[in-house]
Amino acid sequence: MSALLSVQGVTKRFRGLLAVDNVSLEVAEGEIFAVIGPNGAGKTTLFNMVAGVYQPDQGQIEFAGQRLDGKTPDQVCRAGVGRTFQIVRPFPALSVEDNVIVGALLRHHGLRDARESSYGILNRFDLYDRRHRLASELTLPDRKRLEVARAIATEPKLLLLDEVMAGLRPTETDRMVAALQRLNQEHRVTVLLIEHVMRAVMALASRVMVLHHGAAIAEGRPDEVVRDPAVVQSYLGAEAVG
Amino acid sequence: MPAEIYLNVAISGILTGLVYGLMALGLSVIFGVIRIVNFAHGEMMTIGMYIAIVIFSAFKLDPLVMMVPIAAVLFVFGYALQASLINPFINRPEHSQFMLLVAIALIMVNVLLIIFGPDAKNVQTSYAFDSFLVGPLIVDATKVYAGGAAVLVSAILFAFFRFTYIGQAIRACADNYVGALVVGLDVKRLYALTFGIGAACVGAAGAMLVLIIDVTPALGPAYTLLAFIIVITGGLGSMPGALLGGILIGFTEAMAGLLFTPSAKSMFAFALLVLVLLFRPQGIMGKRTT
Amino acid sequence: MIGQLFEGVPARALVLGGLLLGVLVAAPFLVNDYLLTVLIIILYYAYTGQAWNIMMGFAGQLSLGHALYVGLGAYTTAALYVHFGVSPWIGILAAIPIAIIGGAIIGFLAFRFRVGGVYFAILTIAFAEFARVGFDHFSWVGGSSGFFLPVANYSVSDLWNLRGKPMMFYYLILTMTVGAFVICRLLLTGRIGYFWLAIREDEEAARAIGIDTFRYKMFAVILSAGMTSLAGVFFAFFYNNLFPEQVFHISRSIELILAPIIGGIGTLFGPVLGAFLLTGLSESMHAILYKFGVDIPGVKQVFYGLCLLFVVIVLPHGVWPWVARVLGIRERRS
Repeated sequence: MSALLSVQGVTKRFRGLLAVDNVSLEVAEGEIFAVIGPNGAGKTTLFNMVAGVYQPDQGQIEFAGQRLDGKTPDQVCRAGVGRTFQIVRPFPALSVEDNVIVGALLRHHGLRDARESSYGILNRFDLYDRRHRLASELTLPDRKRLEVARAIATEPKLLLLDEVMAGLRPTETDRMVAALQRLNQEHRVTVLLIEHVMRAVMALASRVMVLHHGAAIAEGRPDEVVRDPAVVQSYLGAEAVG
Repeated sequence: MPAEIYLNVAISGILTGLVYGLMALGLSVIFGVIRIVNFAHGEMMTIGMYIAIVIFSAFKLDPLVMMVPIAAVLFVFGYALQASLINPFINRPEHSQFMLLVAIALIMVNVLLIIFGPDAKNVQTSYAFDSFLVGPLIVDATKVYAGGAAVLVSAILFAFFRFTYIGQAIRACADNYVGALVVGLDVKRLYALTFGIGAACVGAAGAMLVLIIDVTPALGPAYTLLAFIIVITGGLGSMPGALLGGILIGFTEAMAGLLFTPSAKSMFAFALLVLVLLFRPQGIMGKRTT
Repeated sequence: MIGQLFEGVPARALVLGGLLLGVLVAAPFLVNDYLLTVLIIILYYAYTGQAWNIMMGFAGQLSLGHALYVGLGAYTTAALYVHFGVSPWIGILAAIPIAIIGGAIIGFLAFRFRVGGVYFAILTIAFAEFARVGFDHFSWVGGSSGFFLPVANYSVSDLWNLRGKPMMFYYLILTMTVGAFVICRLLLTGRIGYFWLAIREDEEAARAIGIDTFRYKMFAVILSAGMTSLAGVFFAFFYNNLFPEQVFHISRSIELILAPIIGGIGTLFGPVLGAFLLTGLSESMHAILYKFGVDIPGVKQVFYGLCLLFVVIVLPHGVWPWVARVLGIRERRS
């Protein structure tokens, strides 16, 4: 299987501080790949380089045979990469429906098409009943699902998820995990996620990479990685393994 | 033209620029702490100028001597304005805050117009035509006094923010609003104090400027704009930046008036503003935030 | 197109809108010359407010320098008419591109160099002030002593040269206002309207869903500038005199944006309602003060300011959303 996303030796410095240090990873088509690591490990920086927010100082990023580095965030999205934000940012004064329609308008130029497409997505994320509410009136779990729904509406081949589980209760987490699994299986959407909630990582990811101080210290199947002594020492701690 | 003329004009511009700097300092302090853009800044200065004129014509008291009570009046005015009208707007969108201050400015200009009429007014001090001779240079005494007073007031303000408890608390508010709330600072009251201090600065600047220029009620908007140009050039929220920006703009205006035509001098100030916005948006002394 | 124009509009809104339009079309036969002039002023502000609203209300870019585009439109067509006898209808072929170039320069500089928010607003003021001082020294169009169009008493209206009686100007500005409303409605309910609202709400999030924000912001500025320049053409031929000190002044820019802000930013009917309220208020105050023999300059403006203050404090989203609720009409709101 060829890699859909291929990150080769990317490095990013901020005012001399090494945020991401020569990291490489490959995500195959249809895979769910998780990047974990303690706060400040460089996860979000890596993520933002893929999303086009930052340009890598060194290394390159390829997606479906084309270079992503050098592209702006909107070009990255049009190339087929959807993303969410760690702190969710739905358009507050727009209705739930309109939030998703805006995303759908990227691939559907007609408003009718875009609306139809958005209804399917709203249903999938249990937001259809609330479609006329303003996004700012939603609860946090609803807003998190709306954030993913809006990204999905742009019909990405690769979905970048930045801590979508953070702040959710366990039942809400399971609901989100189920929605993402269905998306992955039924629509073959490839997922790269940054996550702190190990419960979600273990349930979703087929492969995991651990970042520590900007460098990759382990990579493999989730059950292997959580037993890696280096990982346990640097990040997970004893209780997470048990 | 002999070289002394250039030097004379440059020095005169720099001295006026110090007063501009003090005026802009008020705007900068208000923005730096409250994050409100005071669109009524120039109008507040004209209030200070008119108070100076009233006192002068009634009691023959020199505006520079009366600077302290004028600043005090403006302080109370600014404090009351922030506490009553502006504080409820802190979390409103920018355009909403803008409208509030535009409405306030409109009222200020026209209340002044009702009271004082549209004609230009000024003060005639005994030293209005004095000047100092420094070697080949001739320096206007009025501008020396005004510039000196501006430096003095600025120095007091710097000391206030550095050495007093309230000054430090206000700076803490500016750096971290939530943090200030958490440690129990009364942020709303500190905001009112800050606006009062900003108003006092611009009131004092008005007392100085009334020696240099004539005042009309319509002067307000032009000086609001000038204050913006200065703080953006110097760095919005930076106190030394405001002073430096003031000097720079005063100098630019004076030289433009000499080399081209006085009526085009504001064009040069605006050109400077555009260049700064494009190439150094944080201003000369400002820190870049991303 | 026609379908999109009326799609999703409640029947009650259609009836009320139709009624208003009917009254406005019949107005010249119902009111005296003074009231007709007041209506012209109202529609002028409704039109310019609608044009400004594209930038601020839809795309979220606060311009405080729209007097620039009014002035460019006014001076271009007036100069072509006075110096070469060119009809304003031909003149707009020069006026619109000039205003668009002005807007494009400001937009390009601001959006490429990431000048946003308050800084963007001040950049727009700077360019308008630039033009003001520039035109003060531009003697071909009269400089600071003003530029005048020839005026005579007209028995018949000459539409081709826009010389004539108030009624002609009334129908002209009414057509412009209705046209602007229709254009804004079509754009706001279309693809580009969604993209603008997304940019206004959160630019970074808009980029993340693939919207080329630079392109759509530029389009908003260009369209707004072009539309506003037509208001300038109207201004020049209606008032017949132009002074840089008045046309480009910051207070003109602020006057232009009061109607949509009072009416409701980002709404389609806000600029119209706001223009009626503000001009109505201003004129009735004038009449009342005149009746009581109060003739002190400034009194009117103080009342005006107090009313503004009241609306801004009590109805932060403008008057229209509140009126729409009372009338039972829902407009997709900002």
